[in-house]
Amino acid sequence: MATTVAAPPRYAVPHTKYERGLWSWLATVDHKKIGQLYLYTAIAFFLIGGLEALIIREQLKGPNGQLVSAEMYNQLFTMHGTTMIFLVIMPMGAAFFNYLIPLQIGARDVAFPRLNAFSYWVFLLGALFMNAGWIVGAAPDGGWFAYAPLTTQQFSPGLNMDFWVIGLQILGLSSLAAGFNFITTIINLRAPGMHFMRMPIFTWMSFVTQFLLVLAFPIITVAVTFLMLDRFFGTNFYTITAGADPLLWQHLFWLFGHPEVYILILPAFGLVSEVLPVFSRKPLFGYPVMVYSGILIGFLGFGVWAHHMFAVGMGPIADSVFGVTTMLIAIPTGVKIFNWLATMHGGSLRFTTPMLFAIGLIALFTIGGISGIMHSSPPADLQQTDTYFIVAHFHYVLFGGSMMGIFAGTYFFYPKITGRLMDERLGKIHFWLTFVGMNLAFFPMHFAGLNGMPRRIYQYQANQGWDIENLVSTWGARILGVATLVFIWNFVKSRRSGAVAGRDPWGAATIEWTLPSPPPEYNYAVIPTITSRYPLWDAKSPELTADVPHTPEGEKRTDVSVGGKETHASFKGPSDTHMASEVAHPSAKELGIAMPTPTIKPLLASIGLTVMFLGLILKHSVNYQSLWLPVLLAGVAFFVVSLYAWLLSPLEPEHH
Amino acid sequence: MTAIPHEHGHAHHYTTTGLDHRKIAIWAFIGSECLFFGSLISTYLIYKGRSVVGPFPHEAWTNPSTGQTFPAILDIPVTSASTFVLLMSSLFMVLAHASVVRGDRKYSKIWLAATALAGATFLGFQAFEFTSFVHEGLTPRTNLFGSSFFILTGFHGAHVTAGVIWLITLLFIDFRRGLRPADAINVDLCALYWHFVDVVWIAIFTLIYLIQ
Ligand SMILES: [Cu+2]
Repeated sequence: MATTVAAPPRYAVPHTKYERGLWSWLATVDHKKIGQLYLYTAIAFFLIGGLEALIIREQLKGPNGQLVSAEMYNQLFTMHGTTMIFLVIMPMGAAFFNYLIPLQIGARDVAFPRLNAFSYWVFLLGALFMNAGWIVGAAPDGGWFAYAPLTTQQFSPGLNMDFWVIGLQILGLSSLAAGFNFITTIINLRAPGMHFMRMPIFTWMSFVTQFLLVLAFPIITVAVTFLMLDRFFGTNFYTITAGADPLLWQHLFWLFGHPEVYILILPAFGLVSEVLPVFSRKPLFGYPVMVYSGILIGFLGFGVWAHHMFAVGMGPIADSVFGVTTMLIAIPTGVKIFNWLATMHGGSLRFTTPMLFAIGLIALFTIGGISGIMHSSPPADLQQTDTYFIVAHFHYVLFGGSMMGIFAGTYFFYPKITGRLMDERLGKIHFWLTFVGMNLAFFPMHFAGLNGMPRRIYQYQANQGWDIENLVSTWGARILGVATLVFIWNFVKSRRSGAVAGRDPWGAATIEWTLPSPPPEYNYAVIPTITSRYPLWDAKSPELTADVPHTPEGEKRTDVSVGGKETHASFKGPSDTHMASEVAHPSAKELGIAMPTPTIKPLLASIGLTVMFLGLILKHSVNYQSLWLPVLLAGVAFFVVSLYAWLLSPLEPEHH
Repeated sequence: MTAIPHEHGHAHHYTTTGLDHRKIAIWAFIGSECLFFGSLISTYLIYKGRSVVGPFPHEAWTNPSTGQTFPAILDIPVTSASTFVLLMSSLFMVLAHASVVRGDRKYSKIWLAATALAGATFLGFQAFEFTSFVHEGLTPRTNLFGSSFFILTGFHGAHVTAGVIWLITLLFIDFRRGLRPADAINVDLCALYWHFVDVVWIAIFTLIYLIQ
């Protein structure tokens, strides 16, 4: 495909420091560059979190493993979970939000480009902070859920949980800022005609996710703030002897924690909902139902948190209520599974790599969903809780669900981001290794768990019925390790030598595929007018959308103008015949489009914020304790000055 | 800070709803803040009456080992006064916004200053309250009441402080180059935030001070 095009498009030669080299990344406010920063950072942490998992599996491959100590094991499983959730899957979501949402709604950038840069830098510094514990030999060791009072100063002395508490505080600020930004972007920057019910489904699922972010993160921020104050300033929020409730943390944490599960999975659902219709050559089955079920999942997600706490003795009423709400939430989730299957049913399927990963999600997430319904029943959960059965469940949901969706999205959108396709042969090897490795690694954990193997143990005795299961899991993890290397090789290599993609290598239906790959900094030279849910198919293959319900404007939908005059003609022929227009594109300046000025002020502000928290952690250090307050205040001052400099400088060059 | 831009954001760009981006963002922010204060207030209420030692908010307490008696610590008349001041500040804020919309350069300054001053007065009351509590033997480390009370009201106070700084910044811009009707959105955003912080205080005052 796309053989007629010699090379991806080239844009005006960079001449200022803001347009090339390191500075162009440090000062960028372009949502596409920020999206790529998220993507690369998340992949780097995927390798780190994966390495931690491999060490865990090597330790557990047989009875009485001697590779690491108990202390080291605690740090490994805590950082594996924390990394994969907060530093891999969430930023992967953010990468796609950043890159895709403005393109999908027909915008030139997000609503607050500098706030967007700020979100990324705060995330990066928070991620580094979280991992800084490794450098001083005191990585967090209280589990990703950090149950207080176990994590208070009394029971977790040392810097370990200080890094976790402060790291999470910083990461939360990043998510909140991004949430406000994307809510505003989706409400306020949709192109004319882009009604809510015409938005691409990925944007819809992202929209729901942003509400979950801004409503769930305040709760964990409060819980973590209490823990921070307890640890650093001796307050009593989690001090049992002072009368504190040992369940306060669990309630606050899971009030956040369960919506967080949907923060992790909904973007992946959105991605596969983009991939499946394209490779089935059929519109998404039941688009409105997909939207409503996503919204319903978001609502119900706030009413199920205590299913993580059946073992604490909340009593039969609370147990029943949370059991029932948990079973209820399976309904909208099941609806999505059936809609994907119905989308594929009767379609002309093309088993490309993104399609394989999307189908992989349907299969594997369903297994994780079924085990999830099993422990929505409190009596069953009492047998399963804190065993490897739970570990099996959430790896099917998060690896089999979120990661498979993210891989599908990565292969699918890589050509839009880079202008080149990833290698299909390597992609298929990656898929099959991942699929086999993942099932070998996580399926036996169901049996180990049902045979009574507890979570979070660093050694076990032989002949308890767990030996074979653990050995197979370890081999599965090794295969996943190889699969990841294949992915990385493909990702790096295709950047230079992948087949040139052209605008629309997959025959997709949504407007981001009308743009050159990669798109120019301003995305759309002319803001498109949207007249249907599948504008490209209306123009190129109207038979595909014949039975999509018509809105009054939709009646006129074959008469579309997407991307303005410039790209309209492209719909008549194959997408890859645009040699002339692909090579030279005018710059924003030449077109008279005002784009935000690059600036490092958001980066400076995020550094100030991090220095402030660094000051706090010095309070517990041995050698620099006296410096804590000066460093903290210096951080505050630097933050405030940077913030003012940022807010008082105009977003765009002064107008003409 | 030599050049103060005449327009932040990009009001001149197309928006789907016709509203300024910041107007939507601040509503999302306020929604998020509701959960933030909701969690803090819930914690206070869950911990109400669970403190093992005093002082307590509404009743006296005698330390069994020393025999020292601590009176009920909340001073409702004083806090009623500060609550009144904060409520009045919301009125001043409305007047300030109206003045900017009218293009009334004189009264915009007066009402912005009055709002900031009322906010600062509220903070003065809070500083007085906090120091007198500490003298009476209640710190954030004393008991559950102390922890949850100081953190909840302290976070609210931090919000008021941020609001006062915001108001002073607007006042500074007004003196520097004047706030014109086109700048009303800037004052509008500050007003939304300020009213929200005010409403939160009414909830806190009712739940913590008035209900025994
Ligand atoms: Cu849950």
